[in-house]
Amino acid sequence: MTDILNALVILANFIVVPAMAYGSQLALGALGITMIYSILRFSNFAHGELMSFGAMTTILVTWALQSADISLGVLPTALLGIPVAIAVTVVLAITIDKTVYQYYRRIRAEPVTLLIVSIGVMFLISGLIRFIIGPGDRVFTDGQRFLLKARAFKQMTGLDEGLAIKMTQGITVATAIVLVVLVFWFLNKTRTGKSMRAYSDNEDLALLSGINPERVVLITWVITAALAAVAGTLYGLDKSYKPFTYLSLLLPIFSAAIVGGVGNPIGAIAGGFVIAFSELTITFAYKKVLTYLLPNDMAPDTLMQLLSTDYKIALSFVILVIVLIFKPTGLFSGKTI
Amino acid sequence: MMMNRTYLIFAVMTALMLFVGFIQSWNLAFTLINLCLISAIMTLGVNIQWGYAGLVNFGMMGFTALGGIAGVLIAMPPVPGAWEAGGLGILLGLLLGLGVIIAAIIVWNKTARMGSWRYLALTAVLVIGFFVFRAVVDPAVEAIEAYEPAKFGYLGGLGLPIMLSWIIGKISLGLRSDYLAIATLGISEIIIYALKNEEWLSRGVKNVTGLPRPVPYEIDLQESQWFIDLTNDWGWPLVDASSIVVKLCYALLFMAVLFVLFRLSEIALKSPWGRMMRAIRDNEVSAEAMGKDVKAKHLQVFIIGSAIVGAAGAMLTTLDGQFTPASYQPLRYTFLIWVMVIVGGSGNNAGSIIGGFLIWFFWVEAEPLGLWIIELLTSGLAEDNAFRLHLIESAAHTRHVMMGLVLILVLRFSPKGLIPEVKR
Repeated sequence: MTDILNALVILANFIVVPAMAYGSQLALGALGITMIYSILRFSNFAHGELMSFGAMTTILVTWALQSADISLGVLPTALLGIPVAIAVTVVLAITIDKTVYQYYRRIRAEPVTLLIVSIGVMFLISGLIRFIIGPGDRVFTDGQRFLLKARAFKQMTGLDEGLAIKMTQGITVATAIVLVVLVFWFLNKTRTGKSMRAYSDNEDLALLSGINPERVVLITWVITAALAAVAGTLYGLDKSYKPFTYLSLLLPIFSAAIVGGVGNPIGAIAGGFVIAFSELTITFAYKKVLTYLLPNDMAPDTLMQLLSTDYKIALSFVILVIVLIFKPTGLFSGKTI
Repeated sequence: MMMNRTYLIFAVMTALMLFVGFIQSWNLAFTLINLCLISAIMTLGVNIQWGYAGLVNFGMMGFTALGGIAGVLIAMPPVPGAWEAGGLGILLGLLLGLGVIIAAIIVWNKTARMGSWRYLALTAVLVIGFFVFRAVVDPAVEAIEAYEPAKFGYLGGLGLPIMLSWIIGKISLGLRSDYLAIATLGISEIIIYALKNEEWLSRGVKNVTGLPRPVPYEIDLQESQWFIDLTNDWGWPLVDASSIVVKLCYALLFMAVLFVLFRLSEIALKSPWGRMMRAIRDNEVSAEAMGKDVKAKHLQVFIIGSAIVGAAGAMLTTLDGQFTPASYQPLRYTFLIWVMVIVGGSGNNAGSIIGGFLIWFFWVEAEPLGLWIIELLTSGLAEDNAFRLHLIESAAHTRHVMMGLVLILVLRFSPKGLIPEVKR
């Protein structure tokens, strides 16, 4: 009996807890991508840099607060910086929309053109970020490190294997839940949310009903930028902050959005967790778990990995490609423009 | 009118190269020229896909890497011991892998009426097939890597960009443009990951060095008497001159290749085939109504473009003399090549060449240029002003800002690029 519990604890510690945290970060990012895709009708390749920008602002605010000796005790000081980061990122997103994207909406350009323009925006923002904060690695967590320590867990339960939950992982999941609930409440229960959904479903009819398109676009950018800033900060808190990791985070986020079904908010969230869990499950070394579960003489000597850890990131693309071949509308049947 | 503009831009380009040569160094100028030539060829390949057929392919880095490895595999002799140890196992395994994929597709097609059991059947086939594949391939891989792994970790003579681009095209060309872009980007990442990690094929991140090359080695030049006499007569430093001559030889080779490809592309553009591709690009529905198999035509274009990009990749590996999988970073260079295509002019081959030259030139020169501009702007401030120091340190990052601005401005004010497509 204890063997099974031990095996479960290993799985929880190395797969479930990290996947929940990573999946929440992907889900928040994918939610932003999906909203831009369904309402503004293009794939925004600059989203990763928007996340990076939000994280950068949080770091700057955190440094300022730390040098003024303000802190939040057990929680990381960065949480105080998040509202500022959201505000600044929203301003950036709206400025870029007004100066760059609005023109293409007016001339009814094709989605491909907007995609390439968003690549230009991506270059611009990434250059700006490196200019301001430099390309180096920044660690900006402080406060208590662990919500639940492995040793404490072992003492509590008497098992051999420990379960550790980092403070940042707990914060990530909690924040993600709060934000997702907020976004869904907004989209489904408020009038503005309803008008956004209408605009996304059928643009012409929505305009005929008197919905103000510029207002819809504005609110979309506000929500997307806020989500991006929070997701970027949480990712930076959990791992460390390096400007160019966000570029490589872009692809798992797109995979998550497409796997779940682009244009469908629930799909984005489901997709985020699907990608996170598959990445961790398929590259995990099951040797210890199997040692616990199987009788002694059948215990494996090799690592029992399905795919080596090097393939972790490639895996999200493999899943993406498989989904695109067999079910392009994704798990939750999103829309195609 | 258009021809004058083309010549003018080429003249400007030559002037810029001469400028670099005189102000900075001739060595740098020639390195730049070689890489510009390779970028121009890659841009030509992408232009064939985007300009002729409207396909958004973000996966050209994968094909460049494949071209590089094809060059390696053909140039380096196969290692007999390693081949005996596991070659057969690998081949069998790869065929098996192919068989699993074909089985999955057959299962998919035959179970159209089964509802949600379909997904279960498909997953079962894929999972079982995967384990069988691993069971066959893993021992072979271990055997090969165990054979003096530090010296000879690679086999010889497998896989070319054409074969793989056919497979990739078959998979992804049914998708719409946004999805095609993301799918091709993902596939190129997978390819590069595989090349980095599959050490039995190409030594992975340990790199392959010492590739044979078609031009003389600098050392040989430096030791040959006629060359020493020549440099003495003209008063050039020996080492510099030898490396410049080598680069010049490469440049001539690459220019020859570029010229041939350019002529072929121009002929294709003006031919009935070219007109058909543009017709499909402009109005796909009408083309299908006229009976053109759009998917097959797209596949054709995809393969041709990818082959050209692969050729550029092989040239790149020969130029470097080594194959380094870690240096192919899809996320940076893919978008750079797209900036080249758009800025040069989509659908116009001369435009692609110019786009390739100009953008690579500015990518490399952005750092010294940015540094110069920043020093100019902050010359009023004190030497140790923190703001000024910070700006100077960050001068290297002006290239990103510059690329972004260039792309945004070109797409806004001159979306057809520097040399627009000629309407026929």
